[in-house]
Amino acid sequence: MAPPGQIEIPPRVSEFWRFYRVFLNRGLVVFGLVVVVAFLLTAAFSPWLAPYDPYEQHLDNLLQPPSWQHWLGTDTLGRDTLSRIIFASRTTLMVGVIALGIAAIVGMIVGLMAGYFGGWVQAVIMRIMDALMAFPMILLALVIAALLGGGLRNVMIAIGIALVPGYARLMCGQALSIKENDYVLAEQSMGASSVRIMLRHVFPNCLPPLIVMITMMMGMAVLAEAGLSYLGIGIEAPAAAWGGMINDGYSRITTNPILSFAPGIAIMLVVFAFNMVGDGLRDALDPRLRGTF
Amino acid sequence: MATYILRRLIMALIIILIVTVIVFLTMRLLPGDPILMWLTQDDLKQLTAEQLQILRHEFGLDKPMFLQYTDWLSGVFQGNLGTSIRYNTSVTSEVLRRIPITLHLGLLAFILGFVFGIPAGVICAVKRGSLTDTVITTLTNIGITVPVFWLGILMMYVFSLYLRWLPTYGYTSPFEDFWLNTRQIIMPVICLAVFPIASTARQTRSSMLEVMRQDYIRTAWSKGLIERRVIMKHALKNGLIPIVTLSGLGLGGILGGSVLIESVFAIPGMGRLVIASVQNHDYAVTQGITLIIASGIILVNLIVDISYGWLDPRIRLG
Repeated sequence: MAPPGQIEIPPRVSEFWRFYRVFLNRGLVVFGLVVVVAFLLTAAFSPWLAPYDPYEQHLDNLLQPPSWQHWLGTDTLGRDTLSRIIFASRTTLMVGVIALGIAAIVGMIVGLMAGYFGGWVQAVIMRIMDALMAFPMILLALVIAALLGGGLRNVMIAIGIALVPGYARLMCGQALSIKENDYVLAEQSMGASSVRIMLRHVFPNCLPPLIVMITMMMGMAVLAEAGLSYLGIGIEAPAAAWGGMINDGYSRITTNPILSFAPGIAIMLVVFAFNMVGDGLRDALDPRLRGTF
Repeated sequence: MATYILRRLIMALIIILIVTVIVFLTMRLLPGDPILMWLTQDDLKQLTAEQLQILRHEFGLDKPMFLQYTDWLSGVFQGNLGTSIRYNTSVTSEVLRRIPITLHLGLLAFILGFVFGIPAGVICAVKRGSLTDTVITTLTNIGITVPVFWLGILMMYVFSLYLRWLPTYGYTSPFEDFWLNTRQIIMPVICLAVFPIASTARQTRSSMLEVMRQDYIRTAWSKGLIERRVIMKHALKNGLIPIVTLSGLGLGGILGGSVLIESVFAIPGMGRLVIASVQNHDYAVTQGITLIIASGIILVNLIVDISYGWLDPRIRLG
């Protein structure tokens, strides 16, 4: 108790620890974080984690059910399913990261310009984004990837383009609200160039919702990649990808259902984990949103 | 209200115009000879250079890009979307055959999204923190993470192959055999509806929680109104506004999902046509369907926006 007449000042809580406390508060978020880290590690250390080479065909062991030798069994060409799932995480991670990278960078630049300059620049850019959003994501990614010629690189570009409008709209909205702040006005009156203001002041303040969106969109990117590889676009056989494995297992579903089920479970786990981490980040970074979910 | 509708209408038309430009440019600017829109690769190899030149002139490929665009656009307005190389029929007739099927499944999934999603969200919001809330929230979390084609395969395995309750694939018109049609579409529609139901439930829940913290709800409670009246009449009406707006986007997700589901269940709808056209390099069909789907979504969003204006008096009068 402070002596009478003096105000008691509460101890200063570091912003850093507050973030951690809120973020790790929910068990599901922690679970999500663990799975995300496991996913990243699996992708990074696939050659050491996978029991077999994913391309190696054990021709004496075709279509085996799960056994102690092959934990998830083998597929039509005798390849170990577990190893293929582990290696496929690399494909998924690569596509996810690069597609999101493209989407985030392009979307950010476009959105920042639209929000900062306002007026007809904003109108034109936002109408183009609306037009892009009118295409269902899978359809857009499908058409672009197929027209560019298939292959992993084009799938990344296609999914990236499909995700741009979301980021652009977010950045535009953020930039519009931050632009009203006094420090921006001060910079402008000091004669700073638009580029400098955008990069040094508007952009860093837009980061928190952007980070949240990146984690949320990762789930969508993974699902899109799975859908495209299911349709046979993107991966080139014999490379492993979760969606493609589901398609391969489809023909053998009556005898070896695990061939289709296991990759799907992997997809679900990863998407779920990223969504949970995104939720946790959103709760921790924006206190106003807490309690509404 | 009239100005609001007019503004929205003009906006939608502008966006549709931009969509046509995007579709046109995508098909023309991407790698590959644009003449592949009308000829197959084999034809291309068989023709001589002069014949190709004549054909290029015939298809208008030597005109400047802008004129090509206006020619194509005027053709579209007259209902001519080009000819399918594969099926040798007009794209329009092929698409018109398949639209009803995709719409049938898509609309059912859309309606199911509201019918199950909104009550689930309301229950979660009202009973926040209870076991019901936790269970439903977990289910919705799973619902938005499930890969839709995988769910289709899973359901097919359980209900068609293992239990033998439902047919594996195919589609017959409901006018021919209603019962068979119903049995055939149960699984595809449920797969398509999972994501809309889950995301609608989530949005309803968070929107309702937001609304229920408002002062006017507290006033309603303190007036002594019964719970149902407070929720249905006051909370829900206000809570529905953001959900209605976002539902327009949900249709895009459903159409995207139908591309995959129609592949799993071998349903001859637009989604399957798009995949086939992309794999067969039947570019005219791809172009036509993309255009129609995008325009359809914009129109639905227009209707949603207008109804949003009707629902929220602040927009209507402001």
